[in-house]
Amino acid sequence: MRPHPGGFRYHRESHRVSSYYKVCQPLRSPQACAKSRDLCPAASAEGRGGQEGTGWWPLADAPDPSGSLLPPAQGCGASGSGELAIAVALLSTRERRVLTATPSRLAVPLPADIISTVEFNHTGELLATGDKGGRVVIFQREPESKNAPHSQGEYDVYSTFQSHEPEFDYLKSLEIEEKINKIKWLPQQNAAHSLLSTNDKTIKLWKITERDKRPEGYNLKDEEGKLKDLSTVTSLQVPVLKPMDLMVEVSPRRIFANGHTYHINSISVNSDCETYMSADDLRINLWHLAITDRSFNIVDIKPANMEDLTEVITASEFHPHHCNLFVYSSSKGSLRLCDMRAAALCDKHSKLFEEPEDPSNRSFFSEIISSVSDVKFSHSGRYMLTRDYLTVKVWDLNMEARPIETYQVHDYLRSKLCSLYENDCIFDKFECAWNGSDSVIMTGAYNNFFRMFDRNTKRDVTLEASRESSKPRAVLKPRRVCVGGKRRRDDISVDSLDFTKKILHTAWHPAENIIAIAATNNLYIFQDKVNSDMH
Amino acid sequence: MFARGLKRKCVGHEEDVEGALAGLKTVSSYSLQRQSLLDMSLVKLQLCHMLVEPNLCRSVLIANTVRQIQEEMTQDGTWRAVAPQAAERAPLDHLVSTEILCRAAWGQEGAHPAPGLGDGHTQGPVSDLCPVTSAQAPRHLQSSAWEMDGPRENRGSFHKSLDQIFETLETKNPSCMEELFSDVDSPYYDLDTVLTGMMGGARPGPCEGLEGLAPATPGPSSSCKSDLGELDHVVEILVET
Repeated sequence: MRPHPGGFRYHRESHRVSSYYKVCQPLRSPQACAKSRDLCPAASAEGRGGQEGTGWWPLADAPDPSGSLLPPAQGCGASGSGELAIAVALLSTRERRVLTATPSRLAVPLPADIISTVEFNHTGELLATGDKGGRVVIFQREPESKNAPHSQGEYDVYSTFQSHEPEFDYLKSLEIEEKINKIKWLPQQNAAHSLLSTNDKTIKLWKITERDKRPEGYNLKDEEGKLKDLSTVTSLQVPVLKPMDLMVEVSPRRIFANGHTYHINSISVNSDCETYMSADDLRINLWHLAITDRSFNIVDIKPANMEDLTEVITASEFHPHHCNLFVYSSSKGSLRLCDMRAAALCDKHSKLFEEPEDPSNRSFFSEIISSVSDVKFSHSGRYMLTRDYLTVKVWDLNMEARPIETYQVHDYLRSKLCSLYENDCIFDKFECAWNGSDSVIMTGAYNNFFRMFDRNTKRDVTLEASRESSKPRAVLKPRRVCVGGKRRRDDISVDSLDFTKKILHTAWHPAENIIAIAATNNLYIFQDKVNSDMH
Repeated sequence: MFARGLKRKCVGHEEDVEGALAGLKTVSSYSLQRQSLLDMSLVKLQLCHMLVEPNLCRSVLIANTVRQIQEEMTQDGTWRAVAPQAAERAPLDHLVSTEILCRAAWGQEGAHPAPGLGDGHTQGPVSDLCPVTSAQAPRHLQSSAWEMDGPRENRGSFHKSLDQIFETLETKNPSCMEELFSDVDSPYYDLDTVLTGMMGGARPGPCEGLEGLAPATPGPSSSCKSDLGELDHVVEILVET
């Protein structure tokens, strides 16, 4: 079978092609994990390999993936028959930390472990996650090695650090949450990696360096670092760099504080690699990466009278190539493209992207569901992807009147909006993602479902990120939500969807078909092995 | 998990009735739902996480929804005084399918405002757990409030309540509390019934709080007074944030 580039393929013989799928490499035991041992959360866990629920699986016990025979496609875009054949590598470091406490699986995850953001770096080698407890965990992709030909490119924990601490604002008598809202990687310019992480108020620049050599053979100090008795020193030696266990060191290089009155919802690094912007509900600031005591306000939509406030900024991003262009989205469903060359304060947009309201669909909730929760430029820079409550839309930068493509994520919720308003689910902010070639878009939904839409074939698929359906080497089975009427065997009815299990944060590897899905406190990494094997 | 409250029998029921009565009942169901949505929204606006600053985006969206309802009710003329005492008790056991609200505005259906609207709001948030049993008491209060003030004034004070909420979100002025109480109007206390239940309940999370809503206690005046104290407490925390 020949792969076609940029797309997913279904393999009917997936149950036989286990050799195509890499065996899911178990997370290394703490002893074997050479990296940042003291920072690795695995180090604190008992060595309980093989037990379901600890996230470790022995290599030998790859389960029979016979469940991967997929039902024929019907309805919802003719997608059912496994357009995506994705092998699974499940990483669940967070749950492992939780489960160490009690042997049985905890029903409710610790709030601090809830993942709040996921981001690949520019090469895809590193994957950073932030959580509600202010921690950042970075995963690194293992390079292919000849020793274990099957373990190509699994992600292992690289580093863990506490990025933000809870703070208390004494003026307002309010707590400032330490939850990491966004992480953005800086393009790598030397051996070190850098990333920006932000909570509601403060942005921090972290530098991640590796140390794998240590000087030995000092003249004045002995191995433990104590000063030598000079009388014992008879000859001089030159200290030599000797290899040591890899240590990953993380240090905060800059702290950009006091720039925002309202809660920061997004940050974006400019293509000039010198500046970045941070957006809160009413203002957007431009920072220089080297200057922490000054920022420039480039957008301000705060009305003179707060009583007149009807619209807030929900997301923003710099154009990937044009360092003067950026876009921000609003709670009324509009996008504004601004050019920083036009004026110092970009209150006047260069382009306004807004879709006229559909009068037949109008309800009291129309505005709420039109609020854009995420906006992402395509890698090409030609398109924008937006997510509102029920749809994802692709916009062409050259056309402001309406999006060029609209995809329904979970239209079956349209009749349930009142209940979703009551339980606040209607305010959930889902993110969206492009794949590397801008041909497939992905977003999350409820019940741990996530959706992918192929823009070329117009096919879509619903997949589930759950422990039960994510055995190693298993092909993800497409799911279907039935809305009354005919119900097939594995369908889930709308009323039995679990609205506490929402996939808000997803990320796509910049080049390959690897996706990272954050489901509450679990991180799932799925790889489409088929294509990568063919090369 | 959100399916509770989605009882459809009332819709089916109404479809059997013919004539103007059917139209009237549909209209009043819509109005009931609209009113309960309004109440729900007001509750959401009022109850914030006390320690952490409330989410501005959420507050703005809820406030816009409230304004929308308000405008529509003003257009219908249903925002005016109603005849409460004679009005029938709300069909509390007939919780209508929320699909009505989610459909297009009923203005297109050409229905006219229904008389017995004062009873609608007593339902509070859509919940199958506890239809408010003593509908009389809060209904008295709210409808009498709307009787006393003209529609315009009411809207103004109502609008002001929203604005005050926004102000509290952004200012740290300790005299806010006094401002709040100096011209607080009845609409604030209209939420007594709901807030009473809230106070008794656990922390006001979105679902949990609404689930914990206890039936309002009977006796309008006494409950009002005791609730005022609790309301004070709530608003005090709110404005100090």
